[in-house]
Amino acid sequence: MNDLIRAVGDVVTSEATWISAVTFAALLGFGAVGEWVAEKSGTMNISLEGMLLAGAFAGAVGYDVTESTAAAMAFGALGGVSVAAVQAHMSHHLSADQFVVGLTLNIGVLGLSGFLDGEIEPQTARAARTALPLLSDIPFLGDALFDQPWPMYLLYPMIPLAWWLVYRTRWGLEVRAVGERPNAAHASGIAVNLRRRQSIYLAGLSAGLGGAYLTIGVIGSFDTAMVGGRGFIAIAAVIFGGWTLRGTIAGCVLFGTVLSFRLSLPLVGYELNNELLTSLPFVVTLLAMAVFAQRVRAPGALAQPFIGMPD
Amino acid sequence: MMTRDRAESSSNVSTTSWIEVVALYVMSITLALMLSALLVEATGGSAGTVVEALVSGSLTSPGRWGQTIGIAVPILLVALGTIVSTRGALVNIGQEGQLLIGAGCGAYASVHLGNHHQWPGGVVLVAIIAAGIAGGALWAGIAALLRYKRNVPEVLSTLLLVAIASQVVAYALRRESLLLAPLGRGQGTQTQQTLAVPESARMPSPEIFGNEVSLSLVLALLAAFMVAFALARTIWGFRLTVLGHNARVAQRSGVAAARYGGIAMVTSGAFAGLAGAVMLVGGDFGNYRLSAGFAANIGWTGLLVALVSRGRVLPAVLIAFILACLRTGSGFLAATGVERRITDVVQALLILALLIPPALLYVRERRRTEAALDSRDLS
Repeated sequence: MNDLIRAVGDVVTSEATWISAVTFAALLGFGAVGEWVAEKSGTMNISLEGMLLAGAFAGAVGYDVTESTAAAMAFGALGGVSVAAVQAHMSHHLSADQFVVGLTLNIGVLGLSGFLDGEIEPQTARAARTALPLLSDIPFLGDALFDQPWPMYLLYPMIPLAWWLVYRTRWGLEVRAVGERPNAAHASGIAVNLRRRQSIYLAGLSAGLGGAYLTIGVIGSFDTAMVGGRGFIAIAAVIFGGWTLRGTIAGCVLFGTVLSFRLSLPLVGYELNNELLTSLPFVVTLLAMAVFAQRVRAPGALAQPFIGMPD
Repeated sequence: MMTRDRAESSSNVSTTSWIEVVALYVMSITLALMLSALLVEATGGSAGTVVEALVSGSLTSPGRWGQTIGIAVPILLVALGTIVSTRGALVNIGQEGQLLIGAGCGAYASVHLGNHHQWPGGVVLVAIIAAGIAGGALWAGIAALLRYKRNVPEVLSTLLLVAIASQVVAYALRRESLLLAPLGRGQGTQTQQTLAVPESARMPSPEIFGNEVSLSLVLALLAAFMVAFALARTIWGFRLTVLGHNARVAQRSGVAAARYGGIAMVTSGAFAGLAGAVMLVGGDFGNYRLSAGFAANIGWTGLLVALVSRGRVLPAVLIAFILACLRTGSGFLAATGVERRITDVVQALLILALLIPPALLYVRERRRTEAALDSRDLS
């Protein structure tokens, strides 16, 4: 235990660990920002994991075809959105159970990307880092936040944009209404399921970008195990944050940091039990939720389907 | 179970004929299969040979249908447990972890009672199964506690516990005092697996028509009957159903959510754990040894079976068998040059296809009812 505390102390003062923490937090952030919008509209979007993986694979294919990072990101977004399309229409058009659809999609994307990966074998490379002038000179966090492959910078505008969309536009007002009281929203003329589908599409877009970021910006190659349950942690970050965007981002930073321990602790010279390190993010997520879940209030109609007149 | 089915079908009779239902199912399944075939053809394979390989690998080749049953049994057991928790409107999606912990506990019993203390085989077999049930129940119990004491959504806690379970078992598989098999004579490196379950403690599988059919089939069918009976014919099942339909009504009529929901959750974990133990003593997975990838997606598959069969036992039996066929059949795909992962895709497409007809019919039914109510209000 003392070892762990000292290790944490060392980690906090090492720049390399900041970089890997921010990398993981960014990956979670890409997933969680979209997931937050979807949950605001009343969908617990379990297929986030599949969206991330689809984005990662589509990004790899995009890079293989075009050899351009930008195109790879666009492909990734498309991959995420196509998973979102299935999730959205199955669960908020046909009103199939959203968890069943989500789980099936996760397994399906895993199978499909594995199958196609074997057939196509896309060749990818890691994008070069782009340092933002001035910002990257900030001590400690400068390199981690502002001297990264550029796809990561997409996340920075996405966060305020999501906030603005949900809290400052009519669309966002409708999304929140749909997530809280779908019947009332329906009665006041809002197309409940349409808004929910649109929110899921947004989740697919942001998770797709996140997946492509993972392939192109972080690892540089595709592997079916590369998302490995982190989509679920991103969902947990939304719940941890009590369905506020601030809290969600805080959750991403916390869980991202814990995720990075597995890479960063050995880097600063600490040998901790590998199984403990691998399961730590999940244990911390569970504990965090055990502490915080009681204090927050979920959107009123979270995970409840709405069946009304055609929209 | 039967009363519920009858009630459902009678409400459907008014607007939907069974021909329509069958046609819908046939259409959506055909669509799923055509999409799969298209995928195979597009990547340079031949759909015809894939089908042949799947059928021969799962049913027609000698000894294969026995193996298919050996795989269908744990899938069905997981599904049965999930049917119970789903009836109480609990979304337990951590069966994969509960199953692995169950198998881990079973393996612990097998190693320590069977291999070390050499207890009689029958006793060890019962101990393995009991340990499996206890392990799975415990793992689901954590999620139930978090749900009812700390308000943590069980969707997420069960999911996170899957990841933790695999690390717990991996940890135990590195310790000789827990599960790891000691280095055998003439063995260079230690592989991360347990000792094999002693021969006397394995599930007997008598040979029927040239196929080894594991006796766990009897266990699973018995369990299926019990679940169907408990849910349809007991007060407990009725109360659980009430809880699942409307938590407020349940509360007003004296059904304690924490108690009934908690028991349902633990039951579903126990079934997953039982499935893990059965996999261990059945030998179709890992050759009577526990190793890292032992759970092999059986938990996920069983969960999907339960959800697709919409809480009914008989369809669950059928779907579990079909998915088991896909799995054993995929073993024969290598010869056709098509990546065996294709069966995962086929499985996902099939499940999505099975979801469409009931959802469509349900939506239409609801809209018609609402339209009828609206027109009555107007007149």
